[in-house]
Amino acid sequence: MISVTAKYFAVFREKTGKESEVLSTSAATAGDLFSEVVVRHLFSDPMVRCKVAINDELAGWDSSISEGDVVLFFPPVAGG
Amino acid sequence: MYKPIFKITNKPLDIAVLNHMLRDDSAGAYASFEGWVRNLNDGKGVTSLDYESHAVVAANEGEKILAEALDRFDLLAARSFHRIGHLDIGDCAVWVGVSAPHRGPAFDGCRYIIDELKQRLPIWKKEHYKDGRSDWINCLTGKDGQA
Repeated sequence: MISVTAKYFAVFREKTGKESEVLSTSAATAGDLFSEVVVRHLFSDPMVRCKVAINDELAGWDSSISEGDVVLFFPPVAGG
Repeated sequence: MYKPIFKITNKPLDIAVLNHMLRDDSAGAYASFEGWVRNLNDGKGVTSLDYESHAVVAANEGEKILAEALDRFDLLAARSFHRIGHLDIGDCAVWVGVSAPHRGPAFDGCRYIIDELKQRLPIWKKEHYKDGRSDWINCLTGKDGQA
């Protein structure tokens, strides 16, 4: 198990009721962690339409996560 | 070649100032795009918007997109500013400006930048409606207002 910080934005923040939380997880990748978070918070947006960043760098869902990482979960974007 | 500059700002955009920053004696063309807040989306009357972003990731990705445009098209300079915070109807939410020797690359580069910005930047908007409700666009509804 590793400990990581998950951060939430926009609709994800409203659904979780929090900006961030520390999670103890056995997830090996950002996608695995997102799947855990979806179950916990009942997010409805599919992973393919969302984005993830690890320690402020955009990453792929198959990127590995490590102890102490800050994982940013971005719901579907709507700039412009 | 000018350094690409992308900024997230909570201040109103002064288009004349932004335009002037791209002035260059070797430029024969300037193309720009402004995204405005409109009063209707998906059949619902809109009264205002709130934008939020992850500023660090958005700024890094924005500069990357501008650099891609400078690399792909024959441009002299490329810049873009995106608003966050509360915006009213008619406010400019995003501005893209490019200068180039000729109009073709200017149009193409400007189009490339706004298309990529809309798909890749971690920016979200919440619409406020005339009936008092609010929705995150492209999140709850899965629809985007094609600004």
